[in-house]
Amino acid sequence: MSDTSSITLPKIVRVIPRNRNIEALLLFFASGLYAFELAQVQLSVLKVLNTELLMYWVPPLVFVFAIHMILRRRASEADPMILPIAFVLNTLGLSMIYRLDLGAIANGNPEQFGSRQIVWTMVAMAVAAIVIIYVPSHLFLRRYVYVSMVIGIALLLAPSLPLIGRSINGARLWIGIGPFSFQPGELAKIALTVFFAGYLVTRRESLALTGRKILGMRIPRARELGPILVIWAASLLVLVLQRDLGTSLLYFGLFIVLVYVATGRAIYVVVGLTMFLTGALVASRLMGYVSGRVDSWLNPFEPTNYDAVGGSYQLAQGIFGLAHGNLLGTGLGGGIPHLVPLAESDFIIASLGEELGLVGMFAILILYLLFVARGMRIAFNHPDDFSKLLATGLSFVIALQTFIVIGGVTRVVPLTGLTTPLLAAGGSSLLANWIIVGVLLRISDSIGSGDNSFSNTSFAAVKK
Amino acid sequence: MNRELKRVSLVIFVMFLSLFVASTTIQIFAADSLSQDQRNVRSAYDSYKTQRGAILVDGQPIAESEKTDDVYQYLRVYKSPMYSAVTGFFSLYQGSTGIESAMGSYLTGKNSSQFFEQISALLSGNPVQGASVELTIDPVAQKAAWDALGKMKGAVVAIDPKTGNILAFVSKPGFDANLLAVHSGIQSNENYAQMLADKNGPLLNRAANELYAPGSVFKVIMATAAVESGKYTKDSEFPNPPKFQLPGTNVFVQNSGEGKCGGKATVTIADAVRFSCNVPMAQLGIALGQDAIRKQAELFGFGKKVAYPMTSTASIYPDNMDNAQVGLSSFGQYDDRTNPFQMAMVSAAIANQGVLMKPNLIENVLSSSLSVIAQPKPDIFSQPMSKATAQAVKEMMIGAVQRGVSGNARIKDVVVAGKTGTAQNGKGEPFTLWFTGFAPADNPQVAVAVVIADGGGIGQGGVGNSLAAPVARKVMEAVMRK
Repeated sequence: MSDTSSITLPKIVRVIPRNRNIEALLLFFASGLYAFELAQVQLSVLKVLNTELLMYWVPPLVFVFAIHMILRRRASEADPMILPIAFVLNTLGLSMIYRLDLGAIANGNPEQFGSRQIVWTMVAMAVAAIVIIYVPSHLFLRRYVYVSMVIGIALLLAPSLPLIGRSINGARLWIGIGPFSFQPGELAKIALTVFFAGYLVTRRESLALTGRKILGMRIPRARELGPILVIWAASLLVLVLQRDLGTSLLYFGLFIVLVYVATGRAIYVVVGLTMFLTGALVASRLMGYVSGRVDSWLNPFEPTNYDAVGGSYQLAQGIFGLAHGNLLGTGLGGGIPHLVPLAESDFIIASLGEELGLVGMFAILILYLLFVARGMRIAFNHPDDFSKLLATGLSFVIALQTFIVIGGVTRVVPLTGLTTPLLAAGGSSLLANWIIVGVLLRISDSIGSGDNSFSNTSFAAVKK
Repeated sequence: MNRELKRVSLVIFVMFLSLFVASTTIQIFAADSLSQDQRNVRSAYDSYKTQRGAILVDGQPIAESEKTDDVYQYLRVYKSPMYSAVTGFFSLYQGSTGIESAMGSYLTGKNSSQFFEQISALLSGNPVQGASVELTIDPVAQKAAWDALGKMKGAVVAIDPKTGNILAFVSKPGFDANLLAVHSGIQSNENYAQMLADKNGPLLNRAANELYAPGSVFKVIMATAAVESGKYTKDSEFPNPPKFQLPGTNVFVQNSGEGKCGGKATVTIADAVRFSCNVPMAQLGIALGQDAIRKQAELFGFGKKVAYPMTSTASIYPDNMDNAQVGLSSFGQYDDRTNPFQMAMVSAAIANQGVLMKPNLIENVLSSSLSVIAQPKPDIFSQPMSKATAQAVKEMMIGAVQRGVSGNARIKDVVVAGKTGTAQNGKGEPFTLWFTGFAPADNPQVAVAVVIADGGGIGQGGVGNSLAAPVARKVMEAVMRK
């Protein structure tokens, strides 16, 4: 047959970076949207447009298109949705922070967050670019599993240290040196995800298959439960030392989910959740601040909670703000979000809900959901187990954090001191979440590349 | 692993679903009730965006919103502290009280009766304008009451007995609502804190929301209950000892002043009212029983909050008393508590032949295009007594003013019916001084009640007739334009 030769001939295919073109298109839309937000903020609050708009608009644009160009060269098959979604959320946060700054000036309050947030946005995007450029493959992270553990635990416990640890609004989640403060827990979540993924990928087998069967459930041996107990204890330690249920729940939830995905055994989830809830319940009985938070959550409008110092005033005002937004919102600049304490950081979702309404709230939630869905899709499609766990962990940590924060503001769960990923004012949070963006982009690029040199192929037999 | 990933994705989806549900609940389903929470100042901020309607007395604004250059666009301006108990205040930081609160939905143009204006505003893009609220207050009577109280702490309420329209409504010392309406939060909070700390209580609404021991003005209610019971007339007689021992105690009731109460062996109910004697009233109370008295008091409005449209504080006739306590409460001591608003209602009912009209401050509500969108009609509150009883009690009250110890309320060429009161508040404490009554007795135009707190500043040196009756006289004269 004459055509067999043509089949065996290696085809030279010009790589068309289709993903990158989709991404470029989405980024154009996102840039337009951002310009529109800023213009609305200025027109609504200042009644005129001025050049400050460009100071907010140009820098994130330059950096995001720089990342886009880097992806074209270095990771052309990376997921096309992640970068635009992260950009929309980040710039929406910037618009709201700028709007709150303008409102604060009108009220004679000089404290400004916008310029700092712009700088942090640039820094965080630059670091994401560095991750994409200098981490040639995310699998390289697997070499540093135990280093990650040490870094993660160090970061997590740093705020509890004397001298550098700082307490803000009752939660001890910050470290500070001079005028600079940083929330190291944000970076810890990346380090710990790397550690969990690396640790679990090597222990999958023993965790999955050992233990005796009772009532159809395979009960793990004490030895296998050891590390889970350690993480559980560490989470409760965080709760006790840093006075924040959210942080503690975030890490423990992340760990449990990864254990479940790695082993496929629901028993770990059951045992883990029971242990955590028991621990949290005991803690809430023993520690006033936890029970206070729970009480504020259940009855935020009760005068005793509302008027108490550190009570439910902020939560109640946030809910008033959301209610004020109704279906369509007051429009950017049309509401009164500054009535809620921390309107630019912990309660930025209440500010956005007030001015963009339920419609805007849904849009934001859908953006997060899409972001997480893309991350889970990467995990789903990746051939390599470490990559699966890493992508799952990073996506889930964003999902869980979003749930805890927005759920805290909307009274689904008690309010905690976590930040809204990518939206809220705060450098540590932006930095950490942009690193996650970078790593997810990096992982997604390697799905089809067959770069599985680190994958532990012996596990293939375990699952299939 | 992918099976697990699918399940984790499902969990994530459920987490987000809960956020969708929670935000929909807050932003749509609970939005209305949340916007009405007193602590939610957003409604107040919102209302600054529209020009809030004026509060008018006799066509003249006593509170109105003036255009400003700052972000709130309009500043609420109050013309005189004389009206502070009526208008209340409207503040970004302290919320609102008085008419500003009670008629808030009209003033901000949000009332459902302004629906068509809201639609046309929406279509034209112009902001909705708030409606103006015209009050029933008679500015001459209001000023007379304000001036007559002078530096004394106290309150005056005057009512047109035929309609229930409130003609004067004053609480002293009152406050300057402009100090709370300022747009600077720091200033407003500071001024508010000062008012709260002021021991003269400028923010207190002494007219309808504070409660005082009524003392002898309660005897009007006793006289009504006695005649209304059918067992007594105004000429029924009681033993008239100088002292009366309360049953089961070592406590003796005495009459005030010289204490003889006419000086005969017996005294009629009419003379007990005329000379304001405690001994016969204590006996009458014990004979009538607390249930009959309570029933009468409640028909007058005791125990009820009344919306006029602000809400009055319910006056108290105590429960579960023993006979000694009934005796004391029969001349307005023990735990009896009331305010001028309630006592003006009592006089108004007697003046209006036994029919008590519902007190009301609102003449009408005018839209920005000056059409009337609401106009309360006179409404019967209750019928606390028969016409005959009303006539009998009126005669007793005429006796008290024209020939008795309440003489300082007399007006030349006009027959005045009334009753003074001087309530004790414990050993060494200043008296609470009262007058309630109406004029002219044959065709009443005004029923009035006056309370003076803290003894009018002279401790136990003043009595109802010396300090409260002259204030009431001036208010009645002002209404009758004498």
